[in-house]
Amino acid sequence: MSVTRDQLIDFIYDEARMLDEGRYTEWLDLWLPDGHYWMPLDYQQTDPLHVTSLMYEDLFMLKLRVERLNGTRTFSQKPKSRCHHVIQRPFVDEMNGDSFVTTTFMHYVETRLDEQQLLAMTAKHDLALVDGTLRIANKRVDIVNCDAAFRNIQLLP
Amino acid sequence: MGKYAGDPAAAAALVEGHQVHRDVYIDPDVFRLEMKHVFANAWVFVGHESQTPQKGDYFATSIGDQPVIQVRHSTGDIHVLYNRCPHKGTKIVIDRQGNTGKFFRCPYHAWSFKTDGCLLAIPLKKGYADTGLDQTEGAKGMKAVGDVRNYRGFIFARLAEEGISFEDFFGDSLSSLDNMVDRSPAGRLEVAGPPLRYMHHCNWKMLVENQTDTCHPMVAHESSAGTAVKLYEELDLPEDAPKPPAMEIIAPFMSPYEFFENMGIRTWPNGHGHTGVNHSIHSNYSQIPGYFEAMVESYGAERAKAILDENRHNTVYFPNIMIKGPIQQLRIFIPLAANRTLVESYIYRLVDAPEELTARTAMYNRMINAPTSIVGHDDLEMYERAQEGLEADGLEWVNIQRLRTGEEDFSEEAVENGTTERQMRNQFDAWVKFMTRNVPAREAAE
Ligand code: FES
Ligand SMILES: [Fe+2]
Repeated sequence: MSVTRDQLIDFIYDEARMLDEGRYTEWLDLWLPDGHYWMPLDYQQTDPLHVTSLMYEDLFMLKLRVERLNGTRTFSQKPKSRCHHVIQRPFVDEMNGDSFVTTTFMHYVETRLDEQQLLAMTAKHDLALVDGTLRIANKRVDIVNCDAAFRNIQLLP
Repeated sequence: MGKYAGDPAAAAALVEGHQVHRDVYIDPDVFRLEMKHVFANAWVFVGHESQTPQKGDYFATSIGDQPVIQVRHSTGDIHVLYNRCPHKGTKIVIDRQGNTGKFFRCPYHAWSFKTDGCLLAIPLKKGYADTGLDQTEGAKGMKAVGDVRNYRGFIFARLAEEGISFEDFFGDSLSSLDNMVDRSPAGRLEVAGPPLRYMHHCNWKMLVENQTDTCHPMVAHESSAGTAVKLYEELDLPEDAPKPPAMEIIAPFMSPYEFFENMGIRTWPNGHGHTGVNHSIHSNYSQIPGYFEAMVESYGAERAKAILDENRHNTVYFPNIMIKGPIQQLRIFIPLAANRTLVESYIYRLVDAPEELTARTAMYNRMINAPTSIVGHDDLEMYERAQEGLEADGLEWVNIQRLRTGEEDFSEEAVENGTTERQMRNQFDAWVKFMTRNVPAREAAE
């Protein structure tokens, strides 16, 4: 089975929609087990391990994050945050057999109580075709003002 | 004019042994007094020498509300200058760090200064002939802070020209900094990358107090640490399977009250103190291959073991930093307003130690201290609720009485039950002391 450019683009749109609609369990199922979600702290950062990142999380951490969002003693989520992605049409940068790379420019809005924040960011996805299904192998999200002092960013950009 | 404006003695009266008036956290006049007195009279952390390794390297930061520059002078030593042109006030540097070469040049009218601040040149200098410029303060160049000390790579400054010496201010509390640096086989640390920067809409003292608050983790962090433990148990891994890194870092926050009681808290004069006298949430981290051997090589087996067995958890240096020796981390709580604080979390690399240690420290930092970190969310939610709650008129005092037995003598070192609020009271004792340091002298002058 081969994957078309349009299927890759649809995948990225579907992922954003899952996050915006809070369908996190479905979202976790998109991931390959050894994937990492990386959000660098430094502009054009190359090392995720020996300097700090905003996030560099394996699937255990991502599950923990999702589980926590649903927890009854998660005080910072009383009331819950909501988020909203506006994405540009993803660029398909690489199509090599069963692996693919896309780059997507997006605006991310997160809101809770009377506060709303807007982040501009670029998401780079490494995707893989496994048993006929597209999955996320790795995801890197670069916030344009990654070095600014943020308040809480509680959901998943 | 508010009730405390220009009156540090009135502000100091807001602190009683067992309680603190809410104005200490919410009143803008009290905040201004803190900047003028507490932050000017204490020794305040500026930066690490590895942030300015080469001659001409600078790092722009602040001491309280005062913009300053840490700079490596041509002689190799580090100076701390006010980030302000003596001509018309323009900030000399605006980027957070860089290299200025042999001199600073003001971008407005090009007055230039040596890297120790001395005035080097003024364009069209003859325009000042016979104006008496050399009689002015401006002719001396960029102003230096009152005093600077490089202690094992950590730069501290006192803004006030006169005041307590570095040794008297820190005393035996420097043992925590020593231990952090000694954990490097080379006896040297280097900053590893930029700090996490996290904006908090609350008073800076709430953050500092929280560093030795041992009764909140199992409550406030149940959502993150408690959920981690639950998820791990559900995985039902075999005994010898490697634990997810999150379990080593996050799960110990769920330790029971007895763990924190037995941990112990030590306080030193002038507001310094630390948790983790006997053990800490860092005690059971896994061994990193090659590290102990490198330590033995440098220090000998006995001393290496003594260094690594020291389990200080959070050491607070009054007024506004906390260090974590076992993982080489420093957090600075930069006050911006009564209800606004910028938190910067730095990590350091242990020179000549395996890089896996840096990786663990970086992991800790992003899991616990990031604006994107779930553990950080737990804490910030509490601070901001407290900041808003303190506006309530029904109650005016904040209670810090836990395990207080009568009058306390903070001029002496003490070790107590790990859930005491003595360290918070110790900080306020120092707060009053430095807040009112200049009061008698001024009254005498009036
Ligand atoms: S303000 Fe700096 S030279 Fe004029
Ligand atoms: Fe906490």
